[in-house]
Order: sequence, then structure tokens, then C-alpha cells
Amino acid sequence: MSYVPNTARDQRLMLEAIGAPDLDSLFEDIPADVRDPTLDLPPALSEMDVVAHLQDLASRNQDLTRQISFLGAGWYDHYVPAFVDQMLLRSEYYTAYTPYQPEVSQGTLQTIYEFQSFICDLTGLDVANASMYDGGSALAEATALALNATRRTQVLVADTVDPNHRRIAATYLEPLDVSLEVVRNWNLAGDGALGEDMAPFAAAIDDDTACVVLQRPNFFGWLEDVEAVVKAAHAAGALVIVVADPVTLGVLQPPGEIGADIAVGELRHLAGPPSFGGPGAGYFATTRQHVRRIPGRIVGRTTDGQGRPGYVLTLQTREQHIRRERASSNICTNEALIALAATIHLAGLGRNGLRHLAELSIRHAHAAIEAQWPKGYAVATDRPLVREFPVHCPAPALEINARLRQQEIIGGFDLGGEWPELSDYLLCAFTEKTGPAAIAALHEALPAAAR
Amino acid sequence: MTTQPPIYELSSPGRVGVDLPALPEDGRELADLLPATELRDDLPLPEVSQIDVVRHYVRLSQKNFSIDTDMYPLGSCTMKYNPKVNELTGRLPGLAAVHPLQADEQVQGCLELLSGLEEMIGEIAGFPAVSLQPAAGAQGEFVGMMLIRAQQLRREDVRMKVLIPASAHGTNPATASMCGYESVSIPNGPDGEVDIEAVRAAMGPDVAAVMMTVPNTLGLFESRIQEVCDLAHAAGALVYCDGANMNAMLGRVRPGNLGIDVMHLNLHKTFSTPHGGGGPGAGALCASAELDPYLPVPRVVEGPDGGFARSSDFPHSIGRIQGHMGNFGNLVRAYTYIRSLGAEGLREIADIAVLNANYLRVKLQDVYDLPHDRICMHEVVFSGRRQKAHGVRTLDIAKRLIDFGFHPPTVYFPLIVEEALMIEPTETESRETLDRFIAAMRTIAAEVETDPQRSLDAPLSTPVGRLDEATAARKPDLRYVPPA
Repeated sequence: MSYVPNTARDQRLMLEAIGAPDLDSLFEDIPADVRDPTLDLPPALSEMDVVAHLQDLASRNQDLTRQISFLGAGWYDHYVPAFVDQMLLRSEYYTAYTPYQPEVSQGTLQTIYEFQSFICDLTGLDVANASMYDGGSALAEATALALNATRRTQVLVADTVDPNHRRIAATYLEPLDVSLEVVRNWNLAGDGALGEDMAPFAAAIDDDTACVVLQRPNFFGWLEDVEAVVKAAHAAGALVIVVADPVTLGVLQPPGEIGADIAVGELRHLAGPPSFGGPGAGYFATTRQHVRRIPGRIVGRTTDGQGRPGYVLTLQTREQHIRRERASSNICTNEALIALAATIHLAGLGRNGLRHLAELSIRHAHAAIEAQWPKGYAVATDRPLVREFPVHCPAPALEINARLRQQEIIGGFDLGGEWPELSDYLLCAFTEKTGPAAIAALHEALPAAAR
Repeated sequence: MTTQPPIYELSSPGRVGVDLPALPEDGRELADLLPATELRDDLPLPEVSQIDVVRHYVRLSQKNFSIDTDMYPLGSCTMKYNPKVNELTGRLPGLAAVHPLQADEQVQGCLELLSGLEEMIGEIAGFPAVSLQPAAGAQGEFVGMMLIRAQQLRREDVRMKVLIPASAHGTNPATASMCGYESVSIPNGPDGEVDIEAVRAAMGPDVAAVMMTVPNTLGLFESRIQEVCDLAHAAGALVYCDGANMNAMLGRVRPGNLGIDVMHLNLHKTFSTPHGGGGPGAGALCASAELDPYLPVPRVVEGPDGGFARSSDFPHSIGRIQGHMGNFGNLVRAYTYIRSLGAEGLREIADIAVLNANYLRVKLQDVYDLPHDRICMHEVVFSGRRQKAHGVRTLDIAKRLIDFGFHPPTVYFPLIVEEALMIEPTETESRETLDRFIAAMRTIAAEVETDPQRSLDAPLSTPVGRLDEATAARKPDLRYVPPA
């Protein structure tokens, strides 16, 4: 169904009004040699049949509702309460456009203002925008801001930043005359333990450095000691960008408190299911000093002619529709609905709920850390862990994962895919969904998975 | 409607709006698990009960205009009906509760859907290569220009300029800058189309690409687009097409057949996925076979056992632009939509979108100036200069339209039309709705001559009146701060 209400009679009456003999005559500006192609597409399905077809496709996946999963690696599977999606189904939200006309968009505008406020509270920074595509593009735009603000040419990224975030930043920066250097800030001891080594930053930071990028917790799940790197970066006039997970910010020091000039991250896991990796949503927060360099949309509070409070898109002279080739970014459509879902969830969680949610993940992770692991398996670091950690395995993680799948367990992220020397390491993530029963099931399955 | 206070002002200590599993009772504190110096002292989020959270966001939703409220004729945004079945399929647990890092063998349904959507979009737009990675049109543009750059760099053919018509979306020059190019503005001719002589004059060995919009932002089909492509190709440049306006072309022309090399489609415009108040979108990127090797990774490929797999083994790829496989949830909706329509349904969309726009054109052109008096495509651009003579600007007309129950059109764009009013009705509005809109626009035009103050005071029917945007920008209040 094309959802077209106009019948043949309507069309005839309208064509008469236009003075056109038929629909074809409206398309005569299209060169005749390419007009009216035959499209080879599958036949139209009725609503009932299209739902059945999509259900059939869905049945060819093994989704997370039928398995125990320890997959995280930057993309976590949290329970999102029912009221969040019920609010998202309000079509006043999801069928609205960007709030360019504030008088008829106060709902969306106020929710964005509240979102910005939550992000500022979580990150300890002054200003946040209305959202970015995802954590990776938020990082890319953050490095662009730093390069622009410092007029320097070098970006230093810790190797422990999400590898996909690093790749996205590299793609975005490739056309610019700048360098992105990955600093190897961890090491592998003879006993198989992963350790921290922040010293290479000291040698790498110099007068060309626009920014250093760190992640907390890092990709391996631990909290790096970043104090010296932050000091050295600031002493050299470089900015500090911190990639931070918004759930664990419920309990951890906000990036602003540890010296970040910009904080970015992925927040999709506060909004809804993992959805095969998208849509995500990135947040972007920084200090007051950089407010006019922020990419994307920002909402401000103001008043109308009668003094009533209201909200508008503001500081738009940064944006592409005003500044064109001199804009701070080309972003316009962002991830408003995902940010809205996260806002509603955060409003429901509040001060105590977010702490509780974060603590559940941390408690579950630490229960697993302290548990007796089956023979040959070991938690592979003694750094301060939060909700995720590397496990040294007695066989390649790829093979262990394949055997665990037979028992409806998704073991974790195979670190060998990113670092070949870590091919025997699984990165296991914990949320409120992976409590003692899940850990017990994993431990029960692991011995057989090693053979 | 009363003012809804910021959520922070609904807070009361001790309230919580969610029902979480209990924490283990082992007498330990977080400080026993993590270094105390790593823990934050305070978390200044509000504390609100679930009913108050729900009422707050329901009340706020009621302050929004939406497609499901009434006609939303926002030019260049294609605010068509968002079919509800798409929201159902987008939420099927078998598609939504899938982790992007699961093994290929566990996600065959997702990969089959992606592969099928790539194929259908390629067929509709006339391109052999499709990437579903871009999260929005602007990211699609970025990827498209990066493909051009990658191909030319591989050939050691360094080119610095990009030609962009003056009527283009602001994203086009912004994208060119992100990709390190210098934008050269090309005027539009008196017929509203790009000035082909200006293209010819600007074309040369330093031009990397031309960024065209077809139909253009005046709602006109660029009838000399093939000539533009020929001029570009003869000079070794490529042609990028901004596909924001694909709705007008479905089944009527495949842009790939016009000679265009690379183009993005906004699935949240043409293919009905909801705009969400500003995203998420999805910006499928279509490309010629020559540009295929440069598409972003990972890509869906044929798997070892006949199924599907994901691969990043494309050595010439521009790399990653997304963490995973694009905005999959939106892609499910677009897939559902295309499968619901089939080829005939798609063509009907273009036909009726164009019919509806031309109906508005002929019914309003005696009261609003029509800078380009010719058949238009999916949208029609009027000028409010006649009304401006009475002291009423296009912005005032837009605001007055709100009092008649309609969302304003796009205003002051394209920049080349004085006091522009850019109206895109889409195919999902009925003749009766269009007639109501026409009546409102005509009433406003008459009122401007007899009682211009009505428009200057508008809107009167909304929760707030016109807001002080100057103060908002001068003294930015961008986050909630509790009263001292």
C-alpha cells in the first residue's frame, strides 16, 4: 500500500485544475531516454504478509532474549523499562521534524534542554548539544573541535579507546592535513596479565598536540590513572577528550572533575535494545569556552513577548544552514528520538536509580571477578575494574565462543579480532541481566568450551 | 496550556521512577570494589516518581505539532505519513534484541534484510553499489565525497574544488569543507535550473566534483543534468547528487541512469522512516561500480556456506563511519515500507507527490508570487515579496499558518528566492486537506492586505508566542541550574 488517499477521481479533478492532460505530462522535464524505467522489485505485500515476512527474517536470528550474553565492548544490553518505549510511541514525538518552529515544538525543545542538562550533570561539564550520530562520530567531531580550537595538527588517542571510535575518527580526519596517532598505553606481562603503561603519552605530547583522547572505563574495562597525562596535555596547551559511558557515570567521577575539556560517548544502551548496532546516539559535552565551536543543534531557554518561558534552537550561526562552508560540522539530523528515550529513562532513574543501575552492573562484574574461574581461565588484569574485564582463556577465544554458542551462551568479545596477540582473551561485560545465575552458567560451560 | 516546569522542579528526595532488581546484600559498599577516589560525590539528577515522569513527557508531547496532528508541508523534508506497521516490525525482538558483535551465523536474518534492502535501493536509484551505513543525509554526503576523494587520490589526481549550485542545501558546502575541498558557488539560471554555462566556465582539471540536487531545491527537475554529468566527466570530475528529493523520482527516473556517480537517499524522507523530532535518520549511499571499492566497511558479503557474512576486507575502503552496520532500526522500517509498496506503489508515490505540489502551485499562484512559473516536481517555492510590501514577511505568514492548524512550510530557503516559502505536500495528503491548506493560505494573503497585524501577532493559538531568539543567543541558557 502506498498510503495515498487521492483516488482516481481526485486525481482527475486535480489534473483538470492544473490543466495537465495526465500524470505523465508532469514528468516531461525528465529526459525521455531515461524516463519511466521498469523496476525489478519484489511484489507488494499486504500489511499482514509483510509482518509475516519480517517475522520470518527475525526468526533467522538468534536474538539475545533466548541466550545469556556477556557481549559488551561499548554496546551494552541494559533492561529499559516499559514506560520509556510507551512514551516513544507517542507520535507527537516520533512524527515531528526538527524543532525549527519553536511555537509548535516546545515539547521536543524542552526535552532536548533536559537532555543537555542531564548530560552536563553526568559529565560535570558546562554545555552539551542535542546529540550526535553515535559515540564514534561524537569523538570524531570532538577531535575536529580540538584541532580547530588549538590550530594544531596532532591528535593522540590511547590504544584503549574503543577501536571503532578510533577508526571513525580516523576516517573523519583523513582529508584534513593532520595526524592521528594511536598511543599504546597497555602491555602484556609474561604471565598473560594486561597492565597499564601511560608513560608513552609523556613522550608523545608536544607543541603540535591538539588533544589527547582517553576512555573511562577503557575498552578493557579498567580505570586508567590519567592524572599525569591530563596534566601534561594541559601544560602543553592541548585539550583532553574523555570517552565515558553514561551508565557508569552514575557512580564514577565525572570527566569534568578529572580535567576533561570535552566528554563524548555512546548512550544508546540507556534508550533501548541493541538493534544490531544502530541507531545509536552520541553525547557531546564541553566547557563554556568552546560553546561556539560545538557541532550540531543546541537548545536554549528564553521567553516570549509575554515573558512566558520557552525553548528555541540557538547559537545557530555555527551550523551548516547558516554558515554553509564555514560551519563547525555538516551535521543536522542527529538522533533526537534516541536521546529522548535516554532522557525519559534518566528522568525515571534519577539520582538513586542511575546509581543503582550502575552498581548492579559493577556488583555483577565483581562477583564474577572474585569467583573461582574454571581451570585455565583467569581474569587477566589487576587494574581497577568496573563492569567489564578481559579473561585469559586456555584456547583461542574464537573457538571458545563457538562452543559456548552451542549452549546458548554468548561468551564475550574476542579481543583477538582487534589485537592479534590477545587471541586467547575474551572481554566479558556485565549488566543487571547477568547476575549470579548467568555467571554460574558461564562457569559451568567454560571447561567443555576449552576442549 | 500551562507551562510545564523543567523535570528538575518535579523532584522530591527519595523518589525513583524505575523498578530495578535489588542489590546484593553482602554488607559491602562500592568503595570496597572501586578506589574511593574514582567515585563521584554527587549526582544532581532529579528524583521523580514514574507517574510524574510519564505525565511530564505526555504533557510535553502535547506541545508538539506532528505529522499525526495535521499536514506538515515542510519543503525538502518530505513529511509524509509514517506507516504504523513499520513501528511494529522495527520493534520485533528478533530484529531489535540483536547485538552487533554476535557471530554472523546468529544474525543471518539481519544480514539478509540488509542485503535485500541494498539490492532494492540500488534497483530503485539505478546504482550497482549501495552502502546502508550513513546515519543521516549529511553523513551520506560526507561518505559520498570521501569516495570521490579516495578514487582521485588513488589515481594521484589531486583536485581541490567542488562546484555547488547556489540553491543547494547548506550541508553541501559544509561537507565539501569537511572533505578538504574549496566550494565554488554556481548561479542558477533564470529558469531556476543550474546555469550550465557557469558550470562549463568553472569546470577544469582542478575540479573534483559537482554537487547537484535533483530535483533542485526550487522543486524543479534539472533538465540539463545529463549535460552537467558529461561536462564533469570530460574534465575528469565526478557528479554527486543530493538525493533529499528522491520522492519525486520514484519509478519515474533512476538517477543512476542520468550519469550521476554517487548519491545519498534520505530514508527518513523518501522511505517513510519517522523523523523523530530530529533523527535518527538513515542516509543510504548509492554509487557507481567504479566507486564500489571505496565504500565504507564493514559490508555484507556472501558467506562461506552460502549465507551472509560481514567483511571489512576492502583494502581501498574509506574506512569506518559507524560503529556497526548503520541505523539498522531505521533500515528495518524502510525495508518494510518498500516491501509494502512494490514497484507500482513506489511510482504512485512520485506521481501523487508531484500532482499534489502542482495542485498547490496553480491554486496559490494568483495570490503569492511564483518565481518560476512552470511544472514543478514534489515541491513548489513561492516568494512572499508581494506580502512584504504590506509589512508582512514570510516568517509572519508561516507563524499565522500555525493558527489555521498547519505546520509552516520551509521559509527563507532556498536562499536565492527572496522571502521564500517552500511547500512540499507529499503524496499522503488528500485533496480535501490540500484544499483546507489552500483556503488558509488564501485567507492569510487577503488578511495581509486588510489586517496585516493579525500575521504580525501570530501565532496566538500556541503554548508560547514568538520567542526572544536574540537573547537566547546572546545570553545562552543551555542547561538547568537550580535556583540559588
